[in-house]
Amino acid sequence: MAATYVLKHSATTLAAFLFLSFVSSAASHIEDQAEQFFRSGHTNNWAVLVCTSRFWFNYRHVANTLSVYRSVKRLGIPDSHIVLMLADDMACNPRNPKPATVFSHKNMELNVYGDDVEVDYRSYEVTVENFLRVLTGRIPPSTPRSKRLLSDDRSNILIYMTGHGGNGFLKFQDSEEITNIELADAFEQMWQKRRYNELLFIIDTCQGASMYERFYSPNIMALASSQVGEDSLSHQPDPAIGVHLMDRYTFYVLEFLEEINPASQTNMNDLFQVCPKSLCVSTPGHRTDLFKRDPKNVLITDFFGSVRKVEITTETMSLQQDSEIMESSYKEDQMDEELMEPLKYAEQLPVAQIIHQSSIIAVEVCSWETTARAVCFSLWSSPGHRQSEWEMHDWQGGQDSRSLPRSPSQLAMSDLRDDC
Amino acid sequence: MGLLSDPVRRRALARLVLRLNAPLCLLSYVAGIAWFLALAFPPLTQRTYMSENAMGSTMVEEQFVGGDRARMFARDFAAYRRKSGALPVAWLERTMRSVGLEVYTQSFSRKLPFPDETHERYMVSGTNVYGILRAPRAASTESLVLTVPCGPDSTNSQAVGLLLALAAHFRGQIYWAKDIIFLLTEHDLLGTEAWLEAYHDINVTGMQSSSLQGRAGAIQAAVALELSSDVVTSLDVIVEGLNGQLPNLDLLNLFQTFCQKGGLLCTLQGKLQSQDWTSLDGPLQGLQTLLLMVLRQASGRPHGPHGLFLRYGVEALTLRGINSFRQYKYDLVAVGKSHHTFYGILDAYHALELWMQLHETGMGPEEDGGSPRPSTFLLPSQGVGLASLVAPLLISQAVGLALYILPVMGQHVATQHFPVSEAEAVVLTLLAIYAAGLALPHNTHRMMTAQALDRGWMALKLVALIYLALQLGCIILTNFSLGFLLAATMVPTAVLTKPHGPRPLYAALLVLTSPAAMLLGSLFLWRELQEMPLSLAEGWQLFLSALAQGVLEHHTYGSLLFPLLALGLYPCWLLFWNVLFWK
Repeated sequence: MAATYVLKHSATTLAAFLFLSFVSSAASHIEDQAEQFFRSGHTNNWAVLVCTSRFWFNYRHVANTLSVYRSVKRLGIPDSHIVLMLADDMACNPRNPKPATVFSHKNMELNVYGDDVEVDYRSYEVTVENFLRVLTGRIPPSTPRSKRLLSDDRSNILIYMTGHGGNGFLKFQDSEEITNIELADAFEQMWQKRRYNELLFIIDTCQGASMYERFYSPNIMALASSQVGEDSLSHQPDPAIGVHLMDRYTFYVLEFLEEINPASQTNMNDLFQVCPKSLCVSTPGHRTDLFKRDPKNVLITDFFGSVRKVEITTETMSLQQDSEIMESSYKEDQMDEELMEPLKYAEQLPVAQIIHQSSIIAVEVCSWETTARAVCFSLWSSPGHRQSEWEMHDWQGGQDSRSLPRSPSQLAMSDLRDDC
Repeated sequence: MGLLSDPVRRRALARLVLRLNAPLCLLSYVAGIAWFLALAFPPLTQRTYMSENAMGSTMVEEQFVGGDRARMFARDFAAYRRKSGALPVAWLERTMRSVGLEVYTQSFSRKLPFPDETHERYMVSGTNVYGILRAPRAASTESLVLTVPCGPDSTNSQAVGLLLALAAHFRGQIYWAKDIIFLLTEHDLLGTEAWLEAYHDINVTGMQSSSLQGRAGAIQAAVALELSSDVVTSLDVIVEGLNGQLPNLDLLNLFQTFCQKGGLLCTLQGKLQSQDWTSLDGPLQGLQTLLLMVLRQASGRPHGPHGLFLRYGVEALTLRGINSFRQYKYDLVAVGKSHHTFYGILDAYHALELWMQLHETGMGPEEDGGSPRPSTFLLPSQGVGLASLVAPLLISQAVGLALYILPVMGQHVATQHFPVSEAEAVVLTLLAIYAAGLALPHNTHRMMTAQALDRGWMALKLVALIYLALQLGCIILTNFSLGFLLAATMVPTAVLTKPHGPRPLYAALLVLTSPAAMLLGSLFLWRELQEMPLSLAEGWQLFLSALAQGVLEHHTYGSLLFPLLALGLYPCWLLFWNVLFWK
């Protein structure tokens, strides 16, 4: 009699012990997952995108900048956190045979202009002085908020610049230049005014690597499309429009970014591999010595996307072992369970469909909780459920872009234009 | 007493230069001529290339399918023209309006100084018709011009047809950023001059023209078209303009690029680009083209309507369709296509401030072609004052002035006394005054004092050489070809002239290098290079008509060759003639 009692008791204690350990490991698993949200040190993202050249034959620079703008918006940074500076208006240029469009792809497959581009600095407002004022925050009080970089010391900032450049300078609008020393000093001012947490600087011009040589402030990572002494070249002309549409480096960066979604775990090392010399003709370079973290731990979405600290779920999840609260919430939520189905993220932009024709993979991560309630948060959803306002409505065609001429040898060198 | 330099060494250097004066002069002359001629040979030649690469001139696909329409327009134009005898203004206005342009007309009239026998006109009046295609989305700040000259003798109806068809095609495109003016002028260059003067609101040649009702912004570039036949085997490009001005070289290179891309045959000076550079044939052909261009540029004539545009800072050239005996012929569609892309690229030009580097069928960089240092004399110690030189100078200048003014002024007097027409009277008066100048030295001596006579010729030669060097220096800066030709011929004889020595030989040399004789010689050379050699009688006739044309063009277009020769070089040459016959 006593033996069976002890046996039963030990079984239950064993079961209880196993159960408790399981629960605690599940809880710590949830805690780990929750920790993931706060892995990097930033709480908001900003982007400063600058195109410095004007005139119709510099169409490709505007297309470069607009492509990065669209990627950055698609991955989550809102217009209020993007400072877009375009030195000329290509979409409404009298020479544009297709008005109100800026294409980044031959045969007019990709219109990066869309309906909702918000240009903050346009035409002759794109000057070295305005750019430096935006970076350092020394702006007259009458400037509207959309023209300011209102970053703080927990902001990750992406700065993208393109145009015509040389060894140690970048040309602004045929009338002035910014030197690498001025840029480095501006970044130091930003650091001392605590205007950034981490900075990613990308430049697509000739001899772009010279622009990041002089940086000396911490937490800056830099990428350039070509080394000192090399020309950065254009990608492909469109005979119907009559200009070169994109630069090579940004074209391949755009292709790389199309595969990134807000939950991607792709890191910076992959970005460094984009556009090797065989495709780009120039040798892209990067600089990471000022950056504290290891690039392989830095996600692309740390700079190109926005921080998501809010995940929509139907269940509350308590990280403490408070059974009273759990039981009361269990009762409440049981009532709500039948009413709502889990909310999902809509497919932001069907760009990936057009470029890669890959099927959407729905990923559902479920975890069991002590109350044995399923918590699903799915990261992908089928398209068409809830259209985000960032979708572009004017996609034309869906040709597979992998049929592009990839090797530089297919285009004679004299057909290319440089960014010098 | 030298503070910053060593006077002894300076004197030694000066003495060395004086001693080697003659060999140095000869060496620099020979080197100048040789270097200039060597420009036709590699490695000094430069092939056709685009210096402004960012324009992307070959990236656009051209579409033009209006060939049939062009032919139809041309037929209609020719028919109406034959019926009315002059430019069918009403029909042109109607057609241009139907095509979609803003049409305006301008009337002009001019009384030439004397009747023009080549074109058979004296009192000229006509009407220009032009249509403006406004840029759809740009302000009308800049414009391009496509012009077709219609003279009474030239049958340019195909070009008119092409112009109208192009206008119809261009009207349907939305990507023009500059206005395009389609201009039809009557009486060839006279109409063009009238239109240009009225457009820019100035009056330099005494043309009476009505003011323009419609304008389109500052003209950036112009193309003139001369097509006289339906089929064309090659397109000749003419670049030399009034007073030897040239358009921006990139315009010419652009055209050559389109010809290559479209498979059209394009010639310069009537000659194709030579493909064979390994043997001597290629460079020799290049040399031929070079000399042809030098001769044409030196004449300072506007060789097409484009020549008149250049004065206003408008880059322009003339395309002439040539129907020669070749197998492959092009029709209006091919020509139209090249025009379509041409205008697309012209539209995109922003900055055309480039150096005048000339390519392989042209010349090399501008440089001084062997102008000598005037022989440095020390004035004779007898103290010949410069006052004694005033007389020969004044007299030669007066003869030059007479040469400039009298022929045109005195033509009526001449026709009363001699049975010649006005044009002949002008030319013969010109030649008479020219020859009379040769008799001068025998008379000027009566004006000179005795003491000045002996060594005074050295002072006169000094002054004459400085005068010549100044003039040649100025000419070279504005019209290099003319300056080079004059320098190459006049300088050796001018330097060699002296009263002692074999006088008949020096006299002959000096006469041979006088401006009139050089004109005659260059005419023969020009025809020789074009492979159409002249006989003496033909040459003389051509010479006389060239003289008449020169005077006429000075009065109608402002060409500077006639006043330059009459008022500048001829008096200078007379001074040397005086030195030669110094007693």
